[in-house]
Amino acid sequence: MAAKRPGGWAARLMGLDRRIIFALIFLATGLPLLFPVNLPITPSPRVRAAFDTVDRQPPGTYVLMSLDYEPDIKAELQPMAIAVLRHCFRKGLKPIVLTLYPAAPGLIERALVIAGTAEGKKRNEDYVFLGYKSGSQSVILGLGESIRQMFPNDFWGTPLDKIPMMKGKNSFADFPLVINLSGSSIADYYIRIAATRYQRPMVLGATAVMATDYYPYLSSKQILGLIGGMKGAAEYEKLMDITGDARRGMDAQSLIHVTIAILVLLGNLALFLTGGFRPGGSGGSREGTGR
Amino acid sequence: MRYGPLLVTFVVGTALVAMFFIPHHKVQEGQSVLLDWANVVYAFALILGSLSLWASHQRKFLSRAEGWPYSFVTLAALAFVTIAGVVQGVEEGTLVNRYYNMVNSPLASTMFALLAFFIASAAFRAFRARNAEATLLLGTAIIMMIGRVSVGEFLWSGFPPVTEWLLDVPNLAAKRAIALGIGLGAVSTALKIILGIDRSYLGRS
Repeated sequence: MAAKRPGGWAARLMGLDRRIIFALIFLATGLPLLFPVNLPITPSPRVRAAFDTVDRQPPGTYVLMSLDYEPDIKAELQPMAIAVLRHCFRKGLKPIVLTLYPAAPGLIERALVIAGTAEGKKRNEDYVFLGYKSGSQSVILGLGESIRQMFPNDFWGTPLDKIPMMKGKNSFADFPLVINLSGSSIADYYIRIAATRYQRPMVLGATAVMATDYYPYLSSKQILGLIGGMKGAAEYEKLMDITGDARRGMDAQSLIHVTIAILVLLGNLALFLTGGFRPGGSGGSREGTGR
Repeated sequence: MRYGPLLVTFVVGTALVAMFFIPHHKVQEGQSVLLDWANVVYAFALILGSLSLWASHQRKFLSRAEGWPYSFVTLAALAFVTIAGVVQGVEEGTLVNRYYNMVNSPLASTMFALLAFFIASAAFRAFRARNAEATLLLGTAIIMMIGRVSVGEFLWSGFPPVTEWLLDVPNLAAKRAIALGIGLGAVSTALKIILGIDRSYLGRS
């Protein structure tokens, strides 16, 4: 009779069927959305700096907002956009909104409607939506020279010269604050051109996976605040004292992180029990990433 | 040897670098002209890309190559969005707007959301403390995963300060070094192209 192999359960755990992991992630996502527990949220210094930068603008200040994201990352950036827009509206600021992503206008239009309705603001009186323009870096360079050259009409086809709110507003120089919420390297272009070349105070919002790339710009004061991912958006909502999709989503994100952490720890415990840990050995995995 | 493209690259590259640093209005007017040209090129690139997409999938569809039904969906979606957009526009309530909100947006979000499942599976299988370095990485990752979400603060109030330190000190130092390296590398590559040392963009090494 074969002897019972030590750590048999550990070996089985190391070969855990990925469908069990998928089911756990599904439950970790779904349950907190159905039964929210409202875990505490404390704003980080970076998000507070972003909030304070917007908050100290006097009423009537024009803010250039470039919202550069598409539906794939809307879970992170759409609540952020709504929170920042609501903050601008609540403070009486005038956002001029544009996008450099072709599939973004539908999302931005919706964000403007949600934020505008919540704060009682109207299109072309309290905000302008310029729509999409192809060219990314060259458009940002063009915004430093002439907005009308880049966007002769707004998203709905109204010439900018027929929108009273746009009178006398034609380049970065006319905007005391630039806000870019981005899921791509467009953020780099704004930092390089708007914040550095044209010396505009700038606030940046980015996906969580990108956010750490921009910490050096925060310490060099090229950006004045940084909102990172859904957590950053939830912190902004907390500072605004509103409950949006970001705060609602944080419970689910928390439970998913805990689930993954527990799975990783269990996997490593199993590895240790089966003698897989080799001090001084090479890294890497013997297993594939799926079954 | 083709000197024409090398000369154009040198002149335009040098001019754009100079224009970035010269605020004189005449220079800026010149830059505006170049920006107009760039936008025209972008517009044609969009048209060219769409035509290329159409031709590629039409070929697959007509020859019934592997995956041809997907090509059919791509062609139908491209034709539908283009025609509906040109005829009706893209405002609230139009066909394109409804298609965007009811098909494109949920599909794109769903595709991205699937990452959570695959990342969880991959993390479980690949994130193993096989040596001291991997153990350090694993420990940091666990602290970050727990400490950066609300539950971390709920479990232990010390989590957020620890994660902040990790982000502000080791992460920032590494990111700054990488950014400087990338910047210097980009300048060096740009100079090699402008000066004609690197000619790989002409189709030769």
